[in-house]
Formats: sequence, structure tokens, C-alpha cells
Amino acid sequence: MAIRERLSGNEAVAVAFKQIDLDVMAAYPITPSTEVPQYFSQFVADGHVKTEFVAVESEHSAMSACIAAAACGGRAATATSACGLALMWELLYVASGTRVPVTLAVINRALSAPININNDHSDSMGARDSGWIQIYSENNQEAYDNQIMSVRIAEHKDVMLPVMICQDGFITSHAIENIELLEDEKVAAFTGSYQPEWSLLSGNPVSVGPLDIPQFYFEHAYQRARAMIDSKKVILDVFEEFGKLTGREYGLFEEYKMEDAERAIVVLNSSAGTAKHVCNELRAKGEKVGVLKLRVFRPFPTEEIAKALSHVKAVAVMDKAECFSALGGPVFADVRTACYDLEKRPQIINYIYGLGGRDVKPDDFLTVYNALDEIVKTGHTGEVYRHVGVRGV
Amino acid sequence: MAYNLKVEAAKPERFVGGHRLCAGCGAGVAVRGVLRALDENDRSCCGVATSCLEVSSFLYPFTAWQESYIHSAFENVAATISGAEACYTALKRKGKMDESYKFIAFGGDGGTYDIGFQSLSGAMERGHDMVYVCYDNEAYMNTGIQRSSSTPKFAEVSTAPVGSVLPGKMQAKKDLTEVIVAHNIPYVAQSTFTKNFKDLHEKSYKALYTPGPAFMNILAPCPRGWRYPPEDLMIITNLAIETCVWPLYEVIEGEWKLSYEPKNKLPIEDYLRPQGRFSHMFKKGAEWMLEDAQKIVDKKWENLLKKCK
Repeated sequence: MAIRERLSGNEAVAVAFKQIDLDVMAAYPITPSTEVPQYFSQFVADGHVKTEFVAVESEHSAMSACIAAAACGGRAATATSACGLALMWELLYVASGTRVPVTLAVINRALSAPININNDHSDSMGARDSGWIQIYSENNQEAYDNQIMSVRIAEHKDVMLPVMICQDGFITSHAIENIELLEDEKVAAFTGSYQPEWSLLSGNPVSVGPLDIPQFYFEHAYQRARAMIDSKKVILDVFEEFGKLTGREYGLFEEYKMEDAERAIVVLNSSAGTAKHVCNELRAKGEKVGVLKLRVFRPFPTEEIAKALSHVKAVAVMDKAECFSALGGPVFADVRTACYDLEKRPQIINYIYGLGGRDVKPDDFLTVYNALDEIVKTGHTGEVYRHVGVRGV
Repeated sequence: MAYNLKVEAAKPERFVGGHRLCAGCGAGVAVRGVLRALDENDRSCCGVATSCLEVSSFLYPFTAWQESYIHSAFENVAATISGAEACYTALKRKGKMDESYKFIAFGGDGGTYDIGFQSLSGAMERGHDMVYVCYDNEAYMNTGIQRSSSTPKFAEVSTAPVGSVLPGKMQAKKDLTEVIVAHNIPYVAQSTFTKNFKDLHEKSYKALYTPGPAFMNILAPCPRGWRYPPEDLMIITNLAIETCVWPLYEVIEGEWKLSYEPKNKLPIEDYLRPQGRFSHMFKKGAEWMLEDAQKIVDKKWENLLKKCK
């Protein structure tokens, strides 16, 4: 029997790490992810885990320690937010380039400046091209489930890439929700133990982290890119196995009332809940609207997204991150690219929303659906790069 | 057993030839000297900060390391090795590790005194059972001899060149060894290459086999940056000792111990003259620089003698 609990998103992730029985957690406090290592260090203090908890002096050192621990054949994880993730930047690439299966809980928060401790996705979106698998979580249950599945994905021999599981700072990290936990032994059976193909501590000396001259660097970069492509199948297999275990079935994205939708909103993390609520209200009035909630952003599910949106007339892609490109947000850029090869493309617009913890209200999604309605009726896309919920626009 | 260089040198090499370090470079000598102190049946997991040593010893697909080796980045070798040691501890606790490993981090002065300083301080404070070895060649040699906080006063380096107004680096060398002593770790030592390598060997052994964090600072000259003939490496390190520019000492559980006291402390000119980086100090009108440099050495030496009494 699954265990019914009420946990915050942060505590849910800490419990997942406990049940995974990490070998090393190296972490540094930063709001709003601080609670994850706090809860975890209590598990250490109470003897509930055999993990070595390393209270490092920075996020840079947290990721450095995790990379080495994973290279030693251990399960290593950390948690961070915002500037902490930015400080890890250099090592994010080292982790994926070294092909070590580190896992990371990102509690999404805005990047400075100005300093802001609240939620948006500028931290993890900035890291989207670092060779990490990225999975986003709508609520505490998904954050917990994704974190458990992350080790299986990262450690698969066809993948061997680090994985970050993202959830919204404060909105889900600090909100206490009902959650269904797996029993410890079920998590242990599902995650198994990490069986590395090589390790610094195997008894057979191995050198890791070479200087690559131009004769080799390209091939190694290609192998990493290939692993990202191949990871999609592994991710789906792990989702399926987890679904059989728990009854909670996950895909690369969730299609909510999309079968006959003429207008769709693409969104990720907690705002998907608000979007679904507005979708329901409009459906009650007979409007053909839907929500596509993206879960796996890296690898980007290009063909699947294109197929899911192929019958839709107008799409709004929501980005909780600016990338200051003058082109639109990161999710938008990828969704629009995915749809380019469709014979009949939907009209696609982008909304930047909710930056720095700006409250995201049902009315915002109503505005978006109304704008899509206008596009469908007139046939004119109009301005593509839009903002909602910001004053003076 | 008493130290015997012949016996030690006959041990199987753990850092082998074929690496691309320059002739007359101290880095490889330092690594071999430290690793030679491992008991024959013990294994080690070595980390190297981005450096000459790193780019020269593991250029894909060739490695000079017979030990397990990891390079990650420039400023994080202490954190890296602390993570490896943490994993080892956890695997031992879980009964998944039978082998016995020692954990060693190597960094140059740039990766240790400057950019890796925070990572080093953190790892030492946390008490990991590891040895941090700085091979100190007093500048960023890998990128072309730029100034570091370890560069001595008046040395000519590419970002503190000698010009018509400025006489090379204007600031004195940071005393990192003393900074690490202030971390109150079990073992700290300063060493370099002496006649029969006894000093380096014995200190390496103590560093490796003292539980908890240990730090070794090894003066490891660079013929390109210091501008001396490659074959004179040991002449330069010997002069550093005899002039007291680089005193040999150790601090064991807070207790200062001088390893060597020259019978006749040589004037600093004897150390500076053979090195091209100091050649401008011997020009007419530069006498004040020699005086200033001598004063710095004398003051530090006197302070050290007081601490070691």
C-alpha cells in the first residue's frame, strides 16, 4: 500500500533522496532550495541514511564534489536554485562531458539582478544547453516521482548524462500538498544499485577528464549529443515501468483536453495547474481549448510535440523566463522549431509571464486564450513575442 | 626503516615518463616525490587542477597516471577530491568497498593560492582525509607566465612586466602555507627538492598517513618562467633553501618544526642572480630592490624561527 502523506515539494524531494539512499549529497544553502539539504541532514543526523553529507562552501564545490563522487561509482545529488545554479554553470558542462550520472533538484527561482528570491525559470532555462536532461514538475507528487526516476535515467548505459528535476520555488517547494509516497523497499527495488561501467575506485586505475585536442573533442561532443537523443527511449521506458509500479503514468508531456482542441497553451511546471483550470472553465462554455504541459524539455520531444499540435489552429507558448534575444522565450523557440516541418502549421505566439514571482492568475490565461481566439477568427498572428501580467505593456 | 633514495627510486613509478612537461620543470618531480611515499600496496585517487601538470599528463588518449586520476576544472580540485573521499567513506560504510585508497589533490599556485583558494579552504575546514599538494612555481605558467598572488616581489611576469616606470610585481608573495596552518589541520608542511629527496619523502609520508586533511606546499621551479637552464632545477631549489627564501618546515597538530637551518644563510642575491625573471634587479640603480627583497626574507625567517622555538 502506498503511503499517504502531506509534504512540501522540498520535503518530498528530500524523502526521495533518502529512499534512493544516496552515497553522497553535497549541498549549499540558497532560498528556496535550502530545505532540501536541511531535511536531508536531519535524516543523516537521525541515522536514517548511510549517505555522506558534505556541507560544502559553495554550489561550485557542491557540483564538483558530486561529479567526483559519481566518478567514484557513487550516487551523488545536490539541490539548488537561481544564482546557485548559475555558480555551478562551468561544472554543469563538466558533469555532462565527463558522462557522470549526477542528479540535481532545481527549485526554480529568478536570477539576479535585481536580486529576487521568487519563482521563475531563468535559472534552469539558462542551463538548457549544458547537456543535462531536464524534467519539469507541476506539483509535489511529480517532483517526488521525477526525482526517483531520475537515477534510473541518468545511470542507464545508453544515457550516462546528469539529470535535473525542476519544480517551482515556493509555489510547490513550500506548499504542502497531499502526496502518495512509495514504500522504501519499493523505491529500493525500482532504483536498484548503481553499477558503473568504470569507477575511480574499482581497483583498476582509470584516468578521467582529459585534455582533448581538436582530433578528439568533436567526437566526444557528438557522443554526448547522441546520448541526449537516445535518452528519450530510456526516459519513456523508465516512465512506463514507474507507471506499472505506481499507477501514475507519465509521458514526455501531458496532453490535457487536446484531442479536438483548436487553441492550445504550452506551459510547464506549476502554472500548468492554473492553465488547466481556465481550460476547464472555457470547455464548460463549449470552447475547444487545451493545454500541453511539457515535462521533458531536454531532450526536446520534437516530433511528438509537432504531432500533438498538428491539428491545433493557434498555440500560445508560455515562458517563465526571458532570454533577452529579442526573439522570444526558450520554450517558444523550440516549440516553434518543432512545428516548422508540419505541412499545416498552427499559428504560434509566445507569452513571457510570471517573472520574479509575479502572481500568475487565471485571468492571465484567459487573456491568452482570448488572444488565440482573435488569431483564429482573423487569421492574423500579429505580434509574436508578447508579455502578460507586466505593467506598461 | 631509514630513508634510502636508491630503495625508494627502485619502486614502480606511479607517474610515468611520456608526459609532456618541460625538461627542468618541478611539477613532475613533485608528483613523483609525493606518490613514491605511498606504501607499495596502497592505491590512490589523484585529482589535478587545470594546469601545466594537467594538460601535460593526460592528453587523450594517453595518460601518465598509473593511479586513478580525475581532472574536472581549474578552481575545484580540493572540492573534487573531497567528493571522491566522501564517496569512498560512504561506500566503506555500506560495505561496498574493500580496497584502501588515499586521496590526493594537486594544484599549481594559481589553482591553489588564487582561483582554487575557496575550494581548498572549504575542504581543509571540513576535515576530509586527504592531502592537498601545491606545486608552487610562482606564476600562471600554463597560460604564459602571468602574475599570481604567489609571485614574489620584483619578479618579472607577463602581467607585471618590467617597464620604465614599474619594476615587475609590486606586491610581496602571499604566505599560503601559514594561511593553511591557521585552519588548524593535523599536518602542514613546506618542502622542495633537496639533495636526496629525504625532506619531500618524509613529509609526503606524514601527510598521506596522518588521518584528516594535510597540506603540502612544494616549491617547484619553472625553467620557462624563471628563466634558468633546465639542468639547474636542483641548484635553484637548493639556493631557495640556503637563502631562506623557501624555508623547510612542518606544523604538526599546531606545533611548528623547522626542518633545516642553513649553517651560513646566503644572501638573497645568490638565489636571484641565476634567474632571468630577476635580472633587472642587478642593473645599476636597482640596489634598493635587492635590499627590499632581503628585508622581506629576513623578517619572515626571523618570525619563522620564533614560531619554531
